[in-house]
Amino acid sequence: MNEDAPPFVHLQDVRLTYGHGDRTVEALGTTNLKVGKGDFVALVGPSGCGKSTILKLVTGLIPASAGWVFVAQREVGAEPVRVGMAFQNPTLLPWLTIRQNVMLPLKIVPPFRQQYRAKKKTEFRDRADALLEQVGLAGFGDKFPWQLSGGMLQRASLCRALIHDPQLLMLDEPFGALDQFTREELWAILQDLWLTRRPTVLLVTHDLKEAGYLANRVCVMRARPGRIVEDCAVDFVRPRTIEMTYEPGFVSLTQRLRELIVSARAPDAAVESAA
Amino acid sequence: MTYALRRRLNSAAVIIGFFVVWELACVIFHIKEIVLPRPSQVFETLWLQAPAIWPHTVQTLYTTLVGFALGIISGVLLGVLIGSSRLAYDTGYPLLIGFSSIPKVAVVPIFVLWFGAGTVPAVLTAMIMSLFPIVVNVATGLATTEPELEDVMKALRATKLDILFNVGLPRAMPYFFASLKVSVTLAFVGTVIAETVASNQGIGNLMMIASSSFDVPLVFAGLLVLALLGVGLYAIFSLIEGRVIGWARRKDDAGFA
Ligand SMILES: Nc1ncnc2c1ncn2[C@@H]1O[C@H](COP(=O)(O)OP(=O)(O)O)[C@@H](O)[C@H]1O
Ligand SMILES: [Mg+2]
Repeated sequence: MNEDAPPFVHLQDVRLTYGHGDRTVEALGTTNLKVGKGDFVALVGPSGCGKSTILKLVTGLIPASAGWVFVAQREVGAEPVRVGMAFQNPTLLPWLTIRQNVMLPLKIVPPFRQQYRAKKKTEFRDRADALLEQVGLAGFGDKFPWQLSGGMLQRASLCRALIHDPQLLMLDEPFGALDQFTREELWAILQDLWLTRRPTVLLVTHDLKEAGYLANRVCVMRARPGRIVEDCAVDFVRPRTIEMTYEPGFVSLTQRLRELIVSARAPDAAVESAA
Repeated sequence: MTYALRRRLNSAAVIIGFFVVWELACVIFHIKEIVLPRPSQVFETLWLQAPAIWPHTVQTLYTTLVGFALGIISGVLLGVLIGSSRLAYDTGYPLLIGFSSIPKVAVVPIFVLWFGAGTVPAVLTAMIMSLFPIVVNVATGLATTEPELEDVMKALRATKLDILFNVGLPRAMPYFFASLKVSVTLAFVGTVIAETVASNQGIGNLMMIASSSFDVPLVFAGLLVLALLGVGLYAIFSLIEGRVIGWARRKDDAGFA
């Protein structure tokens, strides 16, 4: 990424505390993060270290307790940035077909919203079908969610996150509940989608191989209070392949990440040396 | 198909069996008709007095449906309000529970005082009887939206109305229809209570008059009419339910109707 370009996502001295009175949880200590436009950043770390909290802050779902969150150089919420989100749980609506589920954001997000009535039967439908085909779900548009497997639902959920061409894609452990083979298949699909559309992606994951395969940067976090302790660049050539994950360079990256996380879980002394 | 048919035949046999046992019990134990008439007597009364019973049936059905319709409208509105606003939930729920604990028969005289005897108190009683399950179920349905789905919607900058129409209301539909089936039978109860206390029309009134002249078969004929109306409406709402929210039941299930 171009170092001089202003960051697309910018957390500046952000802190976040949940709850109030004497029952507060400091989810994020002072945190700074800059993500360039079109970059792909993975957040890894022990559970409870504030990864989901960062996504919620960047999306504007919760306000920062201190500091600023900027997206596209404007304070979050003020900017008309399109955001797509996908979670571990696909949360498709059971009363809609897969295609209708994928088209849901078009019904809500401007400028598509205004055209929805006129175009839902033709242009938007084709758009959804094209995306479904790209993730390997061609022909499943008319099925209902209960007719699909978990991996297929997760593909559909990815389509729903991408249909409105978001500038910002937020993925919170999207492949966490899938088996290894499905997961690897979806890595390749997600990489393709990212390479063709270039949204700015924040990916939360527990899988270090996944982080190394997909991201340009991996941020390692630690808990209590949550903060980013290491920011590793990942510069393997694209498109990356599964074979590549067995090469020495990749293996030593995942090992290094693993050590960082293990030391982040250990008592403070060990952490300070790592950070 | 054959399985569904067999299920239906089985249930028909059990229902017919129920009436046969009743009939036999009356004959074997020499039960007087003033205590418990035989089903054959009840059906005979129903047949012979049909011209007299019919207008009352129409009146009761009409009153119930109007009251039920009002109950649905106000129930859905209240349910949406309570299900989507914290303040409305905190104040509305206790009020609603308090109100629904009042025996409705105690409310009828108040309606009569306000609106005079006749159809209006019966409609209102049917309405308030059917209200409670609808409100509770709609509110519950709205309140059970997954937080992650809500995040997805909010990230799209969906308005409260967007979320209500695209997620909340469809999600509440199965709860709503489940409540309709209960509510429609409650609406009948409400109508009949009011007709018994304060009306000169309807099955409730018919049964009042019949029992005061010890015409027990006619009382039972009235009960039978009510039961049939109740089952009929329940079946209609099950059918609509199956059409509208088949997704909630998934695959095939013969269901009720
Ligand atoms: N709504 C909330 N209310 C109170 N505490 C919360 C809430 N959400 C998260 N937390 C706490 O904040 C911390 C960080 O949460 P989260 O960002 O979800 O962690 P992660 O996604 O890394 O597992 C955790 O300790 C969690 O218990
Ligand atoms: Mg999380």
